[in-house]
This record gives sequence, structure tokens and C-alpha cells, in this order.
Amino acid sequence: MHPAFSVVFFTTATGAGYGLLALLGVLGGLGFVEPDFWLGLVGMGLALGLIAAGLLSSAGHLGRPERAWRAFSQWRSSWLSREGVSSVATFIPAGLFGIGWVFLGRSGGWVAVAGLLAAVGAVATVCTTGMIYASLKPIAQWHSRFTLPGYLIFSAMTGGVLFNALLQGFGGGSRAVLAFALVLTLLGWGWKLATWRHNDELEIPTTANTATGLAGGTVRSLEWPHTEENYLLKEMGFRIARKHSAKLRRITQALAFALPALLLAGAFVLTWPAAAVLSVIAALLQLAGMLVERWLFFAEAKHTVTLYYGR
Amino acid sequence: MTCLPAQTDKKLGLVIDLDTCVGCQACVTACKEWNTGGHMAPLTDIDPYGGHVDGVWFNRVHAYEHTTEMGGRTVNFPRSCLHCETPACVTVCPTGASYKRASDGIVLVDEDKCIGCKLCSWACPYGAREFDTQVGVMKKCTLCVDRIYNDNLAEEDRVPACVAACPTSARHFGDLGDPASAVSQLVTARGGVDLMPELGYRPTNKYLPPRAHTERAAKVPAPALEPVRAEGGFLGWIDRMLSN
Repeated sequence: MHPAFSVVFFTTATGAGYGLLALLGVLGGLGFVEPDFWLGLVGMGLALGLIAAGLLSSAGHLGRPERAWRAFSQWRSSWLSREGVSSVATFIPAGLFGIGWVFLGRSGGWVAVAGLLAAVGAVATVCTTGMIYASLKPIAQWHSRFTLPGYLIFSAMTGGVLFNALLQGFGGGSRAVLAFALVLTLLGWGWKLATWRHNDELEIPTTANTATGLAGGTVRSLEWPHTEENYLLKEMGFRIARKHSAKLRRITQALAFALPALLLAGAFVLTWPAAAVLSVIAALLQLAGMLVERWLFFAEAKHTVTLYYGR
Repeated sequence: MTCLPAQTDKKLGLVIDLDTCVGCQACVTACKEWNTGGHMAPLTDIDPYGGHVDGVWFNRVHAYEHTTEMGGRTVNFPRSCLHCETPACVTVCPTGASYKRASDGIVLVDEDKCIGCKLCSWACPYGAREFDTQVGVMKKCTLCVDRIYNDNLAEEDRVPACVAACPTSARHFGDLGDPASAVSQLVTARGGVDLMPELGYRPTNKYLPPRAHTERAAKVPAPALEPVRAEGGFLGWIDRMLSN
């Protein structure tokens, strides 16, 4: 599948934004993180900014963005529509929580309710994003039991590492939050390795034989219907050289998992401000690594239409 | 609505005979010609006479070499929308632009509602949908919905343009929901198959596999022509002059 940058950025940014929003909503609303104007402003600004930037980026991917409002109508059948409804609905409790926690400096009561609802909305939205991909049968690498948990884990991981960087940056970090971010990073690493292993061993029942209805033997593409690449090949016939795939997987592992884990471990033994610097670098590296991960998620996914072209 | 109808009154579709298709591309050009002025018009072409030709087509004919223990053969393979009974391209649509008609089962796109998110083309395993980059919306085969019910056409012309154009009658149009229809009987008689049945889209269109190899065909190919030796004299002079 063609890794359109708008969609790569959208899923990465909203994943991190919703992860951070959920943590702020639960821990801030219940008072585990004391209300603080600047911490709240930067934290909520970062979470909602990542979400809004991602949503705008995904709208830029549309052929007719001026009609985007129509996408809220088909939530009965479409995961993409559900994602639209859920993402916009989440802004309401998130906004109320932001007003209460950041501007009024309150926690508990209605602020806690708004924070919890924002967290529920964030998790629901990430689920809908994951299901958009997990529900697509023609793409075996996505239509797998690894896709939905992957989106949830990576959202919690990037959100958790950002949350830790935020608290550390304001001098309010804790070992519990550091440990949380570190454990999620290791969990994300393990999940990604398991997903790659699963995909590499995939036995896809759909072949050139079943695609053409020609039973038995081999079916070899002799001639395409057209001389140049068409929409189908540009959008769904994206190919990545195997050596690049291996190299990019190593870059993903280094940036998204290994280096952030090392830096977080370092922050564990150091004190402020060194721990804060390491925490912020870990968050930035991880976001860059997740962009590479998401690029690979698209580039390594193979659509059944490629079978018609002998690819 | 992008929810699918529980059932459709008819299941209009095509039956494509891979035995008789000669890969002449007549259906492809007839489709393009009709539909670039039809329901989903235009079928945009980009750089049509340049080096990077691209554009929207509803029907594409591939050629394959099918090799079995019986030997090999060339199979021409027209590929277009199969108007599936459970088309995921419809249910994934966030706007309601994609729909399946309850009356005849045809899968259509309402271009005025399409936002061009392209998700339907990802959901189609057959590559039936093509995005029009100029108009910014998705386009697909309409089963010539503007021909098959068209009172201005003679009754025999009320078939999809690709069916009307096929010189070898490899394309048949009819109601595949009616077991007594000519197309249904053809599917039964020839053992018509679904494409990618394992994905569960339940395509309406059926493909008739090539007939079994026969003993009547020549088994030994004609001997290759021998290379011509260079002639001397007058004929050699003519040969050299003509070769220049």
C-alpha cells in the first residue's frame, strides 16, 4: 500500500495525542496530577494539538475535503465514519476537562467525570482507527489479530512517554510514571516484533489462481492491460525493496523502542534536570521512530489487486 | 445508506467466458466511450498522448499464461466490478456515496457525496474502483445503468456497452438471481466460478473457465523457418539493395 505521508502522520500524531489525552484525563481528573496552569496548558495543548493536526492532515488526504462533514453520517456500517464521530465527540469532554483542570485549577467532581469521558473517547477513537485497517480483508497484513491491539499499545506507549516527558519537564516526574513509560515501550517493541514475525510467515489463501478463477497449475501475468502505472498500482501496488525493509525495521527498532528505553532507564537513575532532558529526547526519538514504523505498516502491506499484475 | 440491502429483487451482472475471450480490448474501448459521457462521466484521461498515460477505466483486460500438467495456454481476462452481494466497498464508505441498489443489486457511487477518501478502493479485493484525480472522487463500473433501462435505445441495445461490443460473445448480461435466466443456466452448464471466493464478498459476476484441452488441436508446432543464406549475383545485389 502506498504510504501517503498525510495518513502516516495522521495515525501517528492522533495515536500519541489520544494516549496523552487519556492519561491526563484520568490522572489529572482524579487528582493524581495536581492542577497546574502551565503544565496543563502545555499538556492539553500538546494532546489536542497533535489530534487536531492529525485530523487536518487526514482531511488533506481527501479528494474533496470541503465535503468532509458528510463522513459523520454512516457510523452504522463504516469504521471511518465512526472514527470521525468519535474523534469530534471526544473534543467535548476534553474541552470541558481542559477548562476545569487547566483554567479553573480543579480536579474531582465534574472535572473528573469530563476527564474520564475524554479518556473513554480517546480509547474509542484509537479503536476505530485500528479497526479501519483491521477490517480490510484484501490486505492480509492488516486483517490480523495484531492490528487493533497494536494501535492501542502504540497509542498508550507514545502517549505515556510524552506524559512522562511533560511531567519531567515541569519537574514533577515520578518513578511510577517513568516505569510505566518504560514498560509500555518494551511492550510496544515486543508487539511489533511479534507482528513482523506473524506477517513474514503469513500464508495467504488468495493467489493468482483464485483471483482469476483458473484452477490448478500456475498463473503468470503475460501482459498488463496498460503500459504505465495506473491508480491501482500507484495506490495499492507500492513495492519496497527487501533490503530497505530490513534496514527500515532496524531504524524503527532503534528510534521507537531501543533508544527511548535506554534513555528512560537513564532517567530512572539520574535526577532532575538530566532526567527531564533524557525524557524529552526519548519522546522526540520515539515519535520519529513511530513515523518510520507507520510508513512500514503501509509499505509492507500487500493488497490482493497486485495479484492481477503478477506482483 | 451504506448498510447493505438484506436481499435484492434482481442480481444483475455479467458472465464472462474465458474460453472465448480473445483479448481484443473492444469491451474496454466501448466501455470507455460510453461511460465517459454516461452516469459517471467523465472518465478522465491524464497526458493521453504523452509518456505517462494515466486515466480512469472501468474495465481492464489482462493476459495470463495458465500452465497445468495438460500444458500451457494464454487466457485473456477482463476485470471489472463484480457487483458483489456483500461488497465491503459499500459498507466502509463514510459518507453514503457508495450504495448497493435493492432493486437490481448494482453497486454505484453518488459522485456528489463522495469525499475521495479512497477507502472503498482499499476494501475492494478486485481493483474495480479507480480514483479520478482531476474530479477528486472515486469512479467505478455502473453496469451501464444508463443503457440497460434506457427507453431511447432499441431493446436489443439495452445491455452494457462491453456486452454489446464483444465480437466473440464472451460477455453475457442478465439476472443471476433468477435460476431460469439464460446467464444462470450458462453458469450451471459451464461450471462458472467466483473470483477470490475465500474472501466472502460473494461476487454476482461469474467467470466461465476455459474448456478442457481437446485432442483435435495440432500437437506439433510447424517447423521454424530456416535462416536465408546470403545470395550472390543479381539476386544477392537486389537483396542487399532492399535490405538497406
